[in-house]
Amino acid sequence: MLDVVNLRHTYGEGPKAHQALGGIDLKVSEGELVCVVGPSGAGKSTLLRSIAGLIKPTEGHIRIRDTEITDTPGDLAVVFQDYSRSLFPWMTVEENVALPLRRRGQDRKARRAAAGEALNAVGLAGATGKYPWELSGGMQQRVAIARAIAYRPSLMLMDEPFGSVDAQTREDLEDLVLQVRKDHRMTILLITHDIDESVYLGDRVVVLSKAPARVAGELPVNLPFPRDQIATRELPAFVHLRAEVGRLVRGKEHPAAPATEEENLADAEDTSRSGERPAAG
Amino acid sequence: MTVTTAPENVKGDAATPRTPGNRWHSLTAVLTRVWLVPVAIVAWELGTRQAESFYFPPPSAIVIRMHELWFSGPASDLFLTEEAIENFGPSLGRLFTGWILACLIGITLGIALGRSATLYDYVNPIVEFARATPPPALIPLFVILFKIGTPMQLATIVYTVVWPILINTVDGARFLDGTYADTAKVFGLTRAQRFFRIILPSAAPKIFAGMRVSLSIAVILMVVSELVGSIDGIGYLILFKQQSFDLPGMWGGVVLLGILGYVLNASFILVERRVLSWHRRARQTT
Repeated sequence: MLDVVNLRHTYGEGPKAHQALGGIDLKVSEGELVCVVGPSGAGKSTLLRSIAGLIKPTEGHIRIRDTEITDTPGDLAVVFQDYSRSLFPWMTVEENVALPLRRRGQDRKARRAAAGEALNAVGLAGATGKYPWELSGGMQQRVAIARAIAYRPSLMLMDEPFGSVDAQTREDLEDLVLQVRKDHRMTILLITHDIDESVYLGDRVVVLSKAPARVAGELPVNLPFPRDQIATRELPAFVHLRAEVGRLVRGKEHPAAPATEEENLADAEDTSRSGERPAAG
Repeated sequence: MTVTTAPENVKGDAATPRTPGNRWHSLTAVLTRVWLVPVAIVAWELGTRQAESFYFPPPSAIVIRMHELWFSGPASDLFLTEEAIENFGPSLGRLFTGWILACLIGITLGIALGRSATLYDYVNPIVEFARATPPPALIPLFVILFKIGTPMQLATIVYTVVWPILINTVDGARFLDGTYADTAKVFGLTRAQRFFRIILPSAAPKIFAGMRVSLSIAVILMVVSELVGSIDGIGYLILFKQQSFDLPGMWGGVVLLGILGYVLNASFILVERRVLSWHRRARQTT
């Protein structure tokens, strides 16, 4: 349903230009949960912002259900990392969730009902009348997820959604995403720098190289559902996949890595140019 | 704000029950804050009595004169005298009309300028120049342009007090948080929603700061314009009392304006606290 072809993006012009995306090809099928991992500064957010129509790519095509994307698509929701700035502090939790629904042509009553339902789905039925800043970080991110659910998008983008919460909350929210995806049959593209998270959540993990980012490799995740924070993570397959993804993220060659020769060459070139900068995981 | 479900608040209320000891505590707290006011008034009274100057009547004389002149009317008129009604009404009317007009102009124009970089680049130098012109210098012009009396006075007030509102609104609207803007775009908010639900509230703290400054300037300009060209109003009364050597009456006008300014500012802060309670409380919790 999502088709990204040879996407390139360069910030600025002339000698100061920074090429963030160096030709990305990516496909996401209907109902799939794809995780994109890459080292810090690899242009992961640039990729997400391009798909969301927040920036115009320098080159390449983005299609959703065979429709070329030039502006923000109408049925796309984003969960941002910075929940405290993505929820509006002057509105209650319910108003935040219901706000985008006006566009869906629902009347006030239907909007409230939809918001209540979505908040219920993320376990926040009791928080409708509260303000976002009265809630903990994890709960605020739940509200942001509820807003995305209520919006009923065909594609949900998540930009390091759990980057600013503690470990325990993070696990809860990961399981929430899996639940939401199952209950609402969502197609999700999730961006993260956390290798474990990408393997735990994804049907497929796409690894980006350092900037200018290309797809360094793709790994299908054939772990059984339902996934469990303890049991899944101790499966030999999980441990193996995590290592594979880790190698790809660090740009180390490995016989099992299904990257093409050209891409590996580009990667090697990149490393030699940028010196021995350690890639953050 | 209708319902506050903040657990902190609930706890806070429970922790401060209304006990006699507490009431005593808050009473002393108020006393320590305002004790200087009666002391200053007594000092003023004693000093002016000692000096026996015609130009500086004691505050008690001023208060008595104020009562005689303005607050000894019939109960049906809220104890206001005819002179009070004929002069306070027009003054307050001009003050509020001018201020509200300035708010409407300042906020509308300010958001337009703040949201359009091109417009801002074109208009900003003009704004900077216009606001640097001391408004009283333009009163002679306004006197010719508009009819003497209310139109000219309104022009003076609006022209002066629009700047703090405009500048603050531009500032508030220009620096809309990036994630707010992204969220609005991604979720396809309508133009009206963006204006009323995102841009206006996020700029509101700055807009209110500008409105508050403007309100006190509006009082000043109201008086200035009434001193220059007017047949009624508090400023006119002050001038008239001075010319008829009614010094306690003149001082009464000055005191009245002081009280008016104080009450206006306090009421505005009260309204601001209510409207922007989300802002204050959000900042306390993060």
